[in-house]
Amino acid sequence: MKKIEAIIRPHLLDAVKNALREIDVKGMTVSEVQGYGRQSGHTETYRGAEYQIDFIPKLKIEVIIPDEIEVAVVQAISKSAQTGKFGDGKIFILPINDVIRIRTGERGEAAL
Amino acid sequence: MNQRLKAWHIASASILMLGFLDTTVLAQTPTATEDRLRQLEQTAALAQTSGDNAWMLTCAALVLMMTGPGLALFYGGLVRRKNVLATMMQSFTLMAVVTVLWALYGYTFAFGSWNWFIGDLRYALMHGVGAIPNATYAPTIPQQTFMVYQLMFAIITPALITGAFAERMKFSAMLVFMILWSTFVYFPLAHMVWGDGGLLNATLAGRIPTLDFAGGTVVHISSGISALICALYIGKRIGFPQQAMKPHNLTLSFIGACLLWVGWFGFNAGSALAANSLATSAFVATHFASAAAALGWVAVEWIRLGKPTVLGAISGAVAGLVAITPGAGFVTPMAALIIGVAAGAICYFMTSSVKRHFGYDDSLDVFGIHGAGGTLGALLTGIFATRAVNPIFKDAPVGLLDGHAAQLFNQGVGVLVAIIIAAVGSLIILKLVDVTIGLRVTREDEITGLDISQHGEEGYELVG
Repeated sequence: MKKIEAIIRPHLLDAVKNALREIDVKGMTVSEVQGYGRQSGHTETYRGAEYQIDFIPKLKIEVIIPDEIEVAVVQAISKSAQTGKFGDGKIFILPINDVIRIRTGERGEAAL
Repeated sequence: MNQRLKAWHIASASILMLGFLDTTVLAQTPTATEDRLRQLEQTAALAQTSGDNAWMLTCAALVLMMTGPGLALFYGGLVRRKNVLATMMQSFTLMAVVTVLWALYGYTFAFGSWNWFIGDLRYALMHGVGAIPNATYAPTIPQQTFMVYQLMFAIITPALITGAFAERMKFSAMLVFMILWSTFVYFPLAHMVWGDGGLLNATLAGRIPTLDFAGGTVVHISSGISALICALYIGKRIGFPQQAMKPHNLTLSFIGACLLWVGWFGFNAGSALAANSLATSAFVATHFASAAAALGWVAVEWIRLGKPTVLGAISGAVAGLVAITPGAGFVTPMAALIIGVAAGAICYFMTSSVKRHFGYDDSLDVFGIHGAGGTLGALLTGIFATRAVNPIFKDAPVGLLDGHAAQLFNQGVGVLVAIIIAAVGSLIILKLVDVTIGLRVTREDEITGLDISQHGEEGYELVG
């Protein structure tokens, strides 16, 4: 099993979610995060005082998947979250030791 | 005494009238006609009192609404999330503290008569402040109504100052500072401008007649200048100006500003102290100035920075309300538009360019908006005031354009006196509080935020 973490542009969440549903990803966790990478921040102005905002709002999605759909999931996210400009985000792939469904106690892929 | 007699006459006349109702023959005699006339006069007076009192009580409530929730929301939204409750608490606390001071000695110091600078103790502990009107100030409403209306001004003035030292002052220090400030700055200044025999009073035997319809000098210059002194004395917030200190919730500020706009009708139109056409005139001037100032601020901002901001629009509206305050009952609607647009543009430069140039941390721009807007308004009142709106000097011209250039000088003196009293008073009080209990929270408490460090609470619990 793998955990796929992806940092994406907030407005592309629906596109990513639909792309993952199509390839049968069963669930997803989303959090609002802030960060910086190569995309430069933006300026905000309050009563004439300009603030450089370095941390840009992004969404982090997390999905746990069986090994065999890893390529498909990465492809789906890459395609749906891509605009081609700085700030599209990143995908991280991590190994998962085990998964337990709290309701039933099932373990491993059966718990996904 | 005179008023009491009058009330007795009303009562007796009413009883007599009842007697006359079924003996109309008697009404033909001269005495009966006189009685009837007197009775009619008294009924008319009662009707006026009833109308004026209803309006003035409403205005008193409106002005209180400016502080809570108006100013509390406006300021609360402008600070960082960790200081929202502490900021609101400062305004709210002043609603309570100043009320008690006013009841004990504030009202009498402001509106008793003694000398140029302060009133005597005739109304101490609310002595003699009851249903009978105070003919010197407001002859058609109970003195208690006048007293409670003026109280609301005494509340909002120190509450305005809290924006200057936001996010870093100890609650205890704020409390002591404000008690002393109300006592030694506000009450005397209110007496000097509005009190019987005050130095700057325009109608009640003042030495230098200064026009201040609703508190341009007493409320806005005094709070704005004191705010600047506070900001300079207490110093910058940790991280200012390198670190971004964005308003944490502009929607709160937006609601607060709208409440301020509405409440200001009580503040300015109510300062006519009666439900008359002068109140209407002040109402219109207030509204026009606020609208023009919102546009003025946003226009300058849009041209300079490319975007019209919400904070700019609401700050502009407040700046316009501040600037029209001294002139609300003296200027025409068109003059109000001019005063408003000038206030919007000038206060924008004060809060952005001027503040950045000098580098002081007047955190919520009390000086930039109230100090600058109040000064501008006081001076423009000297230019635009006209007897066509308010013949305060009988038939003589009032302002510069009305043919009375000296008034502009008087306004300048009034501004100067207010600045000196506010600056010197604030500085001494700050020093006093600083060496006794200390003004500022510890570095750790400031970084943690005042909500937790001063009050042990948090404004938002978003999870759970």
